[in-house]
Amino acid sequence: MSTLVIAEHDNSSLKVATLNAVAAAQAMGAGIDILVAGANCGGAADAAAKVPGVGKVLVADNAAYEHQLAENVSLLIAEVGAAYDNIIAPATSNCKNIMPRVAALLDVAQISEITSVESADTFKRPIYAGNVIATVKSTDAKKVITVRTTAYDAAPAEGGSATIEAVSAVHDAGLSSFVGEEVAVSDRPELTSAKIVISGGRGMQNGENFKLLDGIADKLGAAIGASRAAVDAGFVPNDMQVGQTGKIVAPDLYIAVGISGAIQHLAGMKDSKVIVAINKDEDAPIFQVADYGLVADLFNALPELEAKL
Amino acid sequence: MKVLVAVKRVVDYNVKVRAKADGSNVDLNNVKMAINPFCEIAVEEAVRLKEAGTATEVIAVSVGDKSCQEQIRTALALGADRGIQVETDGQVEPLVVAKLLKGVVDKEQPQLVILGKQSIDGDNNQTGQMLGALANMPQGTFASEISVDGDKLNVTREVDGGLQTLSLNLPAIVTTDLRLNEPRYASLPNIMKAKKKQLDVYTPEDLGVAVTSHLTQVKVEPPAERKAGIKVADVEQLVDKLKNEAKVI
Ligand SMILES: Cc1cc2nc3c(=O)[nH]c(=O)nc-3n(C[C@H](O)[C@H](O)[C@H](O)COP(=O)(O)OP(=O)(O)OC[C@H]3O[C@@H](n4cnc5c(N)ncnc54)[C@H](O)[C@@H]3O)c2cc1C
Ligand SMILES: Nc1ncnc2c1ncn2[C@@H]1O[C@H](COP(=O)(O)O)[C@@H](O)[C@H]1O
Repeated sequence: MSTLVIAEHDNSSLKVATLNAVAAAQAMGAGIDILVAGANCGGAADAAAKVPGVGKVLVADNAAYEHQLAENVSLLIAEVGAAYDNIIAPATSNCKNIMPRVAALLDVAQISEITSVESADTFKRPIYAGNVIATVKSTDAKKVITVRTTAYDAAPAEGGSATIEAVSAVHDAGLSSFVGEEVAVSDRPELTSAKIVISGGRGMQNGENFKLLDGIADKLGAAIGASRAAVDAGFVPNDMQVGQTGKIVAPDLYIAVGISGAIQHLAGMKDSKVIVAINKDEDAPIFQVADYGLVADLFNALPELEAKL
Repeated sequence: MKVLVAVKRVVDYNVKVRAKADGSNVDLNNVKMAINPFCEIAVEEAVRLKEAGTATEVIAVSVGDKSCQEQIRTALALGADRGIQVETDGQVEPLVVAKLLKGVVDKEQPQLVILGKQSIDGDNNQTGQMLGALANMPQGTFASEISVDGDKLNVTREVDGGLQTLSLNLPAIVTTDLRLNEPRYASLPNIMKAKKKQLDVYTPEDLGVAVTSHLTQVKVEPPAERKAGIKVADVEQLVDKLKNEAKVI
């Protein structure tokens, strides 16, 4: 069995999501290599080589891969991946963008967001916003898989010494180009890997009031998330959306403030270890998944919570 | 330019779907069906392009059994000009849908294909990207804004870190995210008019596509239950529980 793990990185460093995918790859057996595609991505490649249990790190370092354009990177992965039984990537927005293209180029199905490896060809994955867990079996010789990162504890980042090998293949499809980006800068931990997440919903009323979550997040070292309603209303940016069609989180502690608990929101957070809900409506569905529910007006409860921490 | 929109028939988003007790499949008996919300956004975007004079014709296509004609009619009521149903026995997997859509693309030669980013039943998030690879077209997935600029398309995308803007050669693929637009409601007169619009039915053979399945669903089951929680009396008790019982802070 041989598995190629696609690295999620920012050229200089490796993202934790890569380590979650490595853990899923380990569940499939030994023989794991990592592909780092990027530009000036030596830093990420060095980090990947330190992951224990990795045989080789393949590095495709070229301007064509700088912005992870799916048209280019998918051609590379399909070529490099031809030699492997499995191609596995974390279900980040970047890999969700690229991997189905890879699968189609190889004429195989993609199995999205697996949460468990049952055997070499059988996997579990949530469907219908996580209300149902499906067990699916693939008849393809080669498996293209994305991994729900919250389902796998990150593999260790240090201790290995894989060989680093350059891949010279340059694929520039010439179909697309990068124009620009607006990247949210924050000193807080990343939403998807934070130990504690505090999220606000429509009940927060406006973006200004999200400041009420800041002090608490500071004290707890928490990331801040939001419901779709809060994002749609423009209180906070889109990258904060937690849910079925946003980010999936499973921290040790999730605090939902002014969030009703629609199935689409629950899909993104109900695997958190401890859930707290603060809502003034005692019948809000969020209380059905909360370990600790506080029926209160958030405008009273949040300042008090900050003071008592 | 001609715009093709892919619409899927799915369970209404308000329905909490359950696994059947015997694990054979999900229970969809008497469940309300609807157009996938992301496809509704796709139709809206195409119709707006037509209203702006950018698009000349909007074609709604769905892959499925005869029942998906209902969702094609919905798209026609929302402003699409004509519909295409590709007839299959029930649900087919994303790779097959993508191949069938590629067949329609070859026939219709659209400049733009708009799909949803994700179907809310299978939560696959695959079809648009697969179609991009098969048709050798660039893709702007998870789009929150698009604009046609000569023979290029600018797409702003919702990504993990924020927003990213790409420039794509046309013809191109777009998949919609939630913030792209707010879909309109179909008016009664438009629902009536939609009944008269052209709707063609193709078989996979017509499109030269063999429907072969790569995946089988072995079983379905409910997710792990969470144990019932408690209501705390006040903030003080909450903090105490988090510190001393749950030990998470
Ligand atoms: C295709 C699709 C995809 C979706 N994807 C997602 C997703 O990924 N993530 C997501 O979150 N949603 C998603 N949704 C939306 C989802 O269905 C809900 O509409 C949304 O989660 C509601 O957000 P909310 O709980 O903040 O708002 P509401 O449902 O309006 O709830 C607000 C809550 O705040 C409480 N409240 C108000 N004032 C106060 C106060 N002063 N103090 C305390 N409590 C107060 C109210 O009691 C209420 O319970 C999706 C929907 C669709 C159709
Ligand atoms: N059976 C289908 N018929 C038409 N379009 C589909 C079908 N399945 C998927 N799509 C399109 O592909 C998008 C993404 O679906 P998926 O890859 O299944 O998550 C949907 O929002 C539709 O636009």
